[in-house]
This record gives sequence, structure tokens and C-alpha cells, in this order.
Amino acid sequence: MNEPMVIPIQAYLIVSTLLFAIGLMAVLTRRNAIAVLMGIELMLNAANINFVVFWRYGGGQGMEGLVFAITVIALAAAEAAIALAIILNVYRRFKTVNVDQINLMRG
Amino acid sequence: MTGRMVLLQALLTEHYDLFLIPGLPFLAALVIAGFCLRPPRERLAPALLIPALTGSLILSVRALAEVGREGVPLTVSYAWLWVGSARLDIGCLADGLSCVMLVVVCTVSLLVQIYSIGYMKGEIGYGRYFAFMSIFSGSMLGLVISDNLLQTYIFWELVGICSYLLIGFWYRRPSAAAAAKKAFVVTRFGDLGFMVAIILIFSQKWWTFNFQQIAGMAHGGNIAAAAATPLALLLFCAAVGKSAQFPLHIWLPDAMEGPTPVSALIHAATMVAAGVYLVARCYALFAIAPVALFVVALIGAITLFLAATMGVAENDIKRVLAYSTISQLGYMMMALGVGGYVAGVFHLTTHAFFKALLFLTAGSVIHAIHTNDMWKMGGLGKRMPITAVTCLLGALALAGIFPLSGFWSKDEILSAAWFSHLPGHWFFFAAGLVTVFLTAFYMFRLWFLTFAGEPRSEEAAHAHESPWVMGGPLVLLAALAVVAGGLKCLVPGTGHGFGAVVGTGHGEEAVSHAAMALSILAALAGIGLAWAAYRARLVSPAAFNARFPAVHALLKNAWYFDQGWRWFATRVVLAGSGLAAWFDRHVVNGMVDGVAWLSGWASRQLRTAQTGQVQFYAIVLTAAVVAGLLAVLAREASLLQLFQVRP
Amino acid sequence: MALAHPLTTIVLAPLMAAVLIMLLPRRALLAVRVTAALAAGVDLVLSALLCWVYLRHDLRGLHFEDKFAWSPVGNISFHLAADGISLVLVLLTGLVIFCGVFASWTVTYRTKEFYCLLLLLVTGVFGVFVAQDLFFFFLFYEIAVLPMYLLIGIWGTGPKEYSAMKLTLFLLVGSAFMLVGLLGIYFAADPSTLPGGQRTFDLVALSAAGYPVRFQVIAFFLLYVGFGVLAGIWPLHTWSPDGHASAPTAVSMLHAGVLMKLGAYGVLRVGFGCLPEGAMAWVWLMGGIAVINIAYGAYVAMGQTDLKYVIAYSSVSHMGVVMLGLAAANEVGINGAVMQMFSHGIMTGLFFALVGLVYEKAHTREINAMGGFARRMPGIALAFTIGGLASFGLPGTSGFVAELLVFLGTVKAHAGVYAIPLFVIYAIAAVLAIVITATYVLRLLQKIFHGPFDEARYGDIGDARTTEWVTLVVLATLLLAVGFYPAPLTDLIGTALGPLVP
Repeated sequence: MNEPMVIPIQAYLIVSTLLFAIGLMAVLTRRNAIAVLMGIELMLNAANINFVVFWRYGGGQGMEGLVFAITVIALAAAEAAIALAIILNVYRRFKTVNVDQINLMRG
Repeated sequence: MTGRMVLLQALLTEHYDLFLIPGLPFLAALVIAGFCLRPPRERLAPALLIPALTGSLILSVRALAEVGREGVPLTVSYAWLWVGSARLDIGCLADGLSCVMLVVVCTVSLLVQIYSIGYMKGEIGYGRYFAFMSIFSGSMLGLVISDNLLQTYIFWELVGICSYLLIGFWYRRPSAAAAAKKAFVVTRFGDLGFMVAIILIFSQKWWTFNFQQIAGMAHGGNIAAAAATPLALLLFCAAVGKSAQFPLHIWLPDAMEGPTPVSALIHAATMVAAGVYLVARCYALFAIAPVALFVVALIGAITLFLAATMGVAENDIKRVLAYSTISQLGYMMMALGVGGYVAGVFHLTTHAFFKALLFLTAGSVIHAIHTNDMWKMGGLGKRMPITAVTCLLGALALAGIFPLSGFWSKDEILSAAWFSHLPGHWFFFAAGLVTVFLTAFYMFRLWFLTFAGEPRSEEAAHAHESPWVMGGPLVLLAALAVVAGGLKCLVPGTGHGFGAVVGTGHGEEAVSHAAMALSILAALAGIGLAWAAYRARLVSPAAFNARFPAVHALLKNAWYFDQGWRWFATRVVLAGSGLAAWFDRHVVNGMVDGVAWLSGWASRQLRTAQTGQVQFYAIVLTAAVVAGLLAVLAREASLLQLFQVRP
Repeated sequence: MALAHPLTTIVLAPLMAAVLIMLLPRRALLAVRVTAALAAGVDLVLSALLCWVYLRHDLRGLHFEDKFAWSPVGNISFHLAADGISLVLVLLTGLVIFCGVFASWTVTYRTKEFYCLLLLLVTGVFGVFVAQDLFFFFLFYEIAVLPMYLLIGIWGTGPKEYSAMKLTLFLLVGSAFMLVGLLGIYFAADPSTLPGGQRTFDLVALSAAGYPVRFQVIAFFLLYVGFGVLAGIWPLHTWSPDGHASAPTAVSMLHAGVLMKLGAYGVLRVGFGCLPEGAMAWVWLMGGIAVINIAYGAYVAMGQTDLKYVIAYSSVSHMGVVMLGLAAANEVGINGAVMQMFSHGIMTGLFFALVGLVYEKAHTREINAMGGFARRMPGIALAFTIGGLASFGLPGTSGFVAELLVFLGTVKAHAGVYAIPLFVIYAIAAVLAIVITATYVLRLLQKIFHGPFDEARYGDIGDARTTEWVTLVVLATLLLAVGFYPAPLTDLIGTALGPLVP
């Protein structure tokens, strides 16, 4: 039997890091609130990849990594729902979703 | 549990009836307060109090007879409180001194209550009056019979508060409300000394509050003079307040705002004498503190002279009597100070009778013509013969005319000063003698202005004699004022003279015939001058006043003591409290508000960091995380190592 | 259940009542009030019963113990037990809340919430007095303090937001000090000396632990400052006049009457109980500050013209007496201090109830605007007079017994190394300060109740009404009863003093 081809862990980590960085860039630089939200989703998914990868390669006995990943997915869904609701309300109130212009909390 | 056992034990001892002497009026007070405060039932109030006082009187007389016969004090006490190892007692001590005082208090109180039925008739608060009077009588008897300093203090304050309530009986009169407050605060000022004395005694190793034990230790030399002197002086402070001695005498004339029977009972015969009684009670302590005795004599001498001069220029009949009371209390104090223990106590006894009598006659007059101003009286002798005659007897007794009671007691005091070993005893004697003259003068000025001559007002012209419920007590008190001097030779029921009954262990006191003669002459001179000035009009007081306006103003304003104290109270104490309030608001609280303002200011500076830009926050967050990570890495393993290519 | 676990019942009854009140319909005012009154009544009866049982059986030390393990982490247990001092203070709390419920019968704004918070607060107070576990002690302490913010902020008068904020912040700062001290006690105890060999929050075990003196000195100071804020020590007292003046009647009653005692109780139970040597190192300061409290509070009270501020400052003064008794650190002094806690609780409860009544009828608290009220409100005047007499320690009232014992204890205090008889000086100064109290109390009586009556302005005022009498009669009678026969209370307190005297 052939040994299955082992993809090194670094490959996964590079992907997740790139994904995280892209997400972070989006969060920090995009003006559109929806885009910011998408950036957050990317970051969450990057974290998810890490959870699963470390679970798989860490030789874990239990299910912690998967449980975390599923929790994060559920969380992301909830977060998206709430955030979109907030953004909708913000749009109704300010007629814009440009985060630069929404600064009610300025001290 | 234990308290109940001890109480039971006390009830089973043979002298438990001593507790009834103050207890009966207190019971009366409870019943009156519970059932007889409002009209129609308030008429029952005196019917409760008078039998109670009669019971107390009978018990007191019985105790006096027993003590006089046996010569051994009756005692009973039980623990009121156990705190730690300290036991605080409530008890009774019936010796000659307290028994005589009990009889005096019961007698005067009983007669005054009978008189009050007539005097207070129809007043709003009739039931309240008798309730307060019952509490007062009970407290006064409790004070007298007390066997320890702490209990004395308790009742001391209770009689004080009764005095407050009764002076302010007509509380809607602002002057009465103010006088009540003044009386209490001024006496309370003196009472500080009492409380301090109590706690200082407690701080001693030998501490005990029991009078007999204190006396025993003082005699046995267990108390150092250095300790006794401050204690005696502190106790004397309380006596100065209560007995209206210089310089705290200012409350007593104002206390005349109360109903006249109250003045007669509380502010002439009993409560104000409590100061003298306290000094007499603790005489063993004073005896080993010569400095304290000298101070007592000095304050007494100053008071008796000053108050007499104030009485000379007063036109309010009750205030004349009030100054007279202060002056006579001064005599008692001076007597105790110069070593005339028996003389002081004897004068206390006779004074209680004749001064109560004088106040009640004044009340009778006021009841008839509704004014206190002597210049609106005159000629009342014909219309109110009983009042006039009894008042005359009282005045003669007060002036010290042979053979009335005042003569004997005052003479003993002058003799005591004459024979005293105190430095400056001639000064004390002289002060006493001059004041005999002044006393006779102001008393007969009062009598002539009130009862002699022609009526000077419409009311005086149509006055009627008071009813018998008021006249009866006057006659009885007058009889006592006349014969009480006989107590000197024999206290009925005891078989001993007054000195032997009260003066256990204080020695016989000599009598000077020269002093006797001088005192009678001075009194007659005073009466003569009053007659000449206010009856025969041979000399004119107005001319004297015109000639010496400064003296007149000084006497008229009672040496400006009131003004001085008022200045102190309003300008110093009250103004100071306003200052303290300001300090608390603006300095202490200002610091608190300052801290609050400071944190507010700091937050206003920091708020600029809050831009409201979500992405700015995110950048700061990211930068912080990165910086944190780098810091951790730099510490764990140097960065160079991390990037080092493995060989 | 109630009799098998009396202390738990006492603590939880108000809480249950609060929950029940939440479930009642908003309109059912009477049901709300009756529920609150019932809970308070149960507490009052039960606490009186416990005092009676304790005296009857000549008990000493801690009794009526309820102990449930609560958390193995940190070894925390729900441990309630009471000794004589706890019982006296529980009785006081029962009395004041019972009267407080009746005194707030006329609250109509958000009645439900008012009673809920009031009962929640009192749950905390009861808890502190009987908790024998430091964790629960602190928990109950905070429960007692925090509802005050809402009670003053919502139902208060005058600058209520300011007062509520100041009070809460002050007390939280105090709590911070206290928490540090309490945690110090928890961690500094050597586990090997504790029962079971592990750290515990159990107060009984901790008070037997024994601490190094250096630690005790620091920790006691922290506790003194922390608890002292609530006890109103100078100069940290300024929350109290504003708070008491702004609070609604029942809240002032509870706060001045009971809550301030939590501070003194904490110093006594935790400070003296666990850190005796630390306490002795600081009694000179406690005594001095206490004398300042007495004199300063009384003198500032004299300068006030707002009736409620006078009473509030008088509390500052009277709490000084409590602290002086504690500083004396002997049986007589501490007995007097606890007696004064009881006496002052009753007295100030009565005062605030009376001030509430007078304000409600006359619509003013300005002393100079009143006069001659005794004629229209003889009952209120009588109760006010009795309270006033107790306030300046007239014999025959509970105030006298308390002050007397405190002063006697103070002169007997072992001043230790000091050459000057410091505590004798303190005692004399305190006695002198008491005359100031007499002056302002009598001035107050004169201005409000005596003198001419303004018929045009106050034509319609009258005496107290049905439910209001409950408060006045109960509290005024107690002041006199305890004054004449204090032995049961002093005996009860005396049984508990052994372990608490440093």
C-alpha cells in the first residue's frame, strides 16, 4: 500500500495566515460596513482552519478541535445575523454604511 | 435571671419599703399618664398624686423616726447592671440627712399639689401638669434616697428634665419655651462636672459609687487629697448649675416663667436645693479637700451677696423671690464651705418651708390679679388677709427675725463663718451679715409694695382672697415656717436635736451670741429702710437712682450676667456652629467634591482618545496584539534565534 | 423549617417576600405592603424569640448554627450563626425594618419596586450580622449597600442623584479597602494551623488562626478605613448627611439606624476578632477620631437649619460614641458600644420617621419656618421629645446607658505605652461634647414644637395616623424600656464579648 501523500502542516498554516491577513486588511481598510463584516468572517474561518489542523496534527484524542470549530461556525452565523441587522438599522438611521461617517461614540 | 433573683432578695429584706418612697409617685405618674391626661378624667389626677405623696410622707417619717432612734442608717440595694466585673447598683440609703430631706420634700410637695388643684384649675393641660409633677416628686425622692453617685446622677437629670417640662408648661409662650431650654442647658453645663466626676471615680483603683463606702474610704485615708480635690470640685460644678450659684445662676430667674406652684416646689424648696444636698452627701470627700471647701465657701459668699443686690432692684414679684432663693442657696453653700455642715442642712430645711410659702403667697396674688408686676399691686393686705399674713410670716422668717425658723438657721451659718478656720472667714461673715440687711430690705420692699398702701391698678382694687384649697397649704406652711426653728432642739419622733440627727460624725457646732445680735440688728435695719422707702416714703428710691445711675443700671440688669452669657451663647457658640457647618460643607465636603471633579477632569482629557471610528479602534487593537506578541517572543527566545537558519 | 433553621429563615424571609412582591400585580398596593410587613414581622418575632431563648438558657458563644458547604473552591460555606451581639443587632434590624415598612405606607410611586429593594437591602443587613463566613459576610455587605443607590436615586428628594452617587461611590471605595483586608486575612492565615489544613473563609477558624503582628497592624488599618466609611468616621462622613437627607423616610431609618452599624460591627467582628494586636496598635487613632466625630458632628448639627440635616449630623456624632466604645477595647466599653448601636438605631429610626411625618404634614424641613406644632401634633411632639432626650443621653432612656458604659469603659482603657492618660482625656472631651447635643436638641424642640403657631400657614396639619403610630409607639417605648431596664441587653451583649476583647 502506498503511503498516503502527507501535506505538511505548514501548508495549512500558511493558507490560514494568508486568510487571516486578508480578513484583517479588509477590517482595517474597507469603508463599507458589509465589507468589514466579510473581513471578520474571513478571520473567523482562518481561525477555524487552525483549530481543525491543530486537532488533526496534534494527535488529539478527544473532539475539542472539532467542537471549537463547530462552535465558531455557529457563532459566526449568529454574529452575521446580528451584525447585518445592526447594519440595516444603521443604514436606516444614517442613510449610509460608511463606517467613517458613523462616529456617534466620539468622546 | 440573676437580676430577678437579686430583686427578689431585695424585696425580702426588711427595708424594701424604702423603694416605695420614690416608687409611689412614679406609680401615680404611670396611672395619670395612662388614663388621666385628657378632660373629663384629668380631674382625677390630683386624687392619684396626693394619696401617693401622703404614703411617701408616712414612710419617710417612719424611716426618720427609726433612723433617729437607732442611729444606724437603713440601706437596701440591688444590681441594676452587671458589665464585665463592674456592678452598678440601684439602692436606698436612709440616714439622718436623707430622711430629713425626704420628709421636707414630701411635705412641701404634698402641700404644693393641694395648692395646685386650685391654682391650675381650668388650665389646658391640667392632667399633663400633674403627670409631670408626679414624675418630679418621684425623681426628687429618688435623688434624695439614692445610695450612690450614679443613681443620684440619674435622678439628678430626671428632676432636671421635669423642671424643663414644667417651666415650659405654657410652651406656646416663646419666653416660657426659651426659659425652659435655658434652664436645662445651663444646668446641664454644670452637670458635665458630675459625669466627669463619675467616670474619674471609675478610673480609680478604689472605685465605688456608694456614698457610705466613699465616706468610709475618705475617713480611712484611702483617698489621696490630690484625687479628692478635683473630684470634689467637679461635683461642686454640678451643684453650682443645679443650685443656681454664681456664675450659672442666670437660669433661675427666667425659670419663673413656669406656673407658680412649680416655682415653689422645684425652684425654691427642692430641686435647686439638690446641689446643696449633693455637697452635703459627699461631705466626706470635701472634708479631705480643703481647697474645694474654700471654693465652695467663696462661690457661696459671692452668690449670696450678688443675688441679694439683684433682688433689690427687681419689680417682678416672682423674680424677687427667685433672686432671694439664689441668695439663700448661697448661704447654704457658704455654710458647707466654712465647715458648718449642720448649719447648711438646717437652713436648707427651714428655707424649703418659708420659701415655698412665699412663692405660694406670690402665686395667690398672681392668681387674683393676673400680673407679676409689684407696681400694679398695693393694698392687697385688706382684700387678701390670709395671703398677706402668711406672706408676712414668711418674710420675717426669711429676714431672720427671732424666733422664726429663718433666724435659727441663718444664725447658725453666721456663727459657722465666725468660728471657721478657713482663711478669710471674716470676709465670709461680713458678706453674710451685709446680705442679711439686703435680704430684709428686698423682702419688705416686696411686702410693702404688694400688701400695704393703696391699690395701684384696677385689678388690685378688686382682688379676692384665694379659695381654701390654696389658703390651707399657706397656713400650714406658715405654721412650719414659724416653728421649724424648734427642730434645732428636737426632731419629733427621734428624741434628738437636728444636729445629732443629720450630723453624725461632724461634731457639734458652736453658736456666737455676738453674731446673733449683729444679724438681728442688720435685719431690723433692712426692714426699717424698706419701711422708710416704700411705706412711709421718708427716703426716695427714685432720688437714689437719679443720684447713682450707674449703680441702678447695674442692679437693674442683674450685673449684666444675662447679657454676657447671651453674648457667649449666640456670638461664640452659635456663630461657631455656623462656622463649623460651613467648614464641613465647603472644606471637608469640598475635598470630596474636589476628588470627584479631578476624576471628571481627567476623563475629559482622556475622552479625546475615543474617536468613534471603529476601524481606528481595530488598528489600535491589532497594533497592541502585535506589540504584545513581539514582546513575548522577545522575552522567550530572542527574535534573531527565531529566524536563525539551522546549521 | 423556620424553627429548625431560624437564622436562615431570618435572612431569606425578606428575600422571599421581595420575590413574591415582584410577582404581585402592580395595582395591588395593599397586598405589596402587607407582604412586606409580614416578612418584617416574621423577622422581628423570630429575632425577639431567639434573644429570649438565648437569655433563657444562659447561652454563651455562637448558637443557632446553619452550615452548608457552598463551594469547594476556596472552601466557602454558607455558615450562619449568632452570638449575643449578633442577636442584639438582628433584633435591632428587625425592629427598624418592621417600623420602616409602616413608615413607608404612603409611598405610592413604584411601590412594588420600592419594597423589593427595601427587603433586598435588609436581607443583606441580616446576613452580615449572622454570617460566619468571610465570603458571605462580604457578599451580604455589598447586597446591603447597593440597593441604596436606587432607593435614594429614585425615591429621594432634593439633590438625590448627587447624594446617591456620592454615597455609593464612598461606600464602594470603603469596600475596596475592606476587600483587601479581608483577602489578606484569608491568605495570611497559615493553612497548617487551620482545621482541615486548607485555606478557609470560615470566620471562627480565621479568628483562631493568629497572625504576625506586622500583618495585623496593616490589615486592621485597612479594615478600619473600609468599615469606617460606613460607620461615618471623620473625615469620611460627608456621604452620610447628604445621603440621609435625600433618602426617603424608611431608607433613612434603615440607613442611619442599621446600615451604619454594619461598619462598626465589621470592625468589631472581623477587626477585633481576627486581628486583636493590630487593633490595639490603632486604638489611639480610633479613639481620637471618635472624639472628633462626637464633638464635630454635634457642633455641625447645631449649625444646620434643615431638620433632616440636623438628624443626619447627629448620627455622625452618635456613631462617634460607638467607635469610642470600641476603641476602649475592654468589656465595659465594647458593651457600651454595642448598646449604643442598638440605642442609636432605635433613636435615629424614630427621628427619621418623625421628620418624615413632620415634612409630610408641614411641607417644609426648614426649622426656622416651624413653630408651635406641639398643639396640633401632641403625639409627634411627645415622641420627638423622647427621641431627643435619648439623643443627649438623659437617664431613663437607652442613650444614657450606652453613653455611660462607653465613657466608663473609656476611662478604664489600657492606654498601653502612652505616658499621658490619653483615654481619660478622650472620655472627658466626649462628655463635654455631649452638652452640645443637649443644646441643639432642645433648640430643635423649641423651634418646631414650642412657641406661637402659624394658623394661616399650617392650619391643616394634624397628628400621626393609624399605621404611623406603629412606628412611633414601638420605637419610643423601647427607648424608655431599655433605659429603665437595660440588663437583658447588656447581659446578652456581655455573653459575646469574651473572644472579641483584644
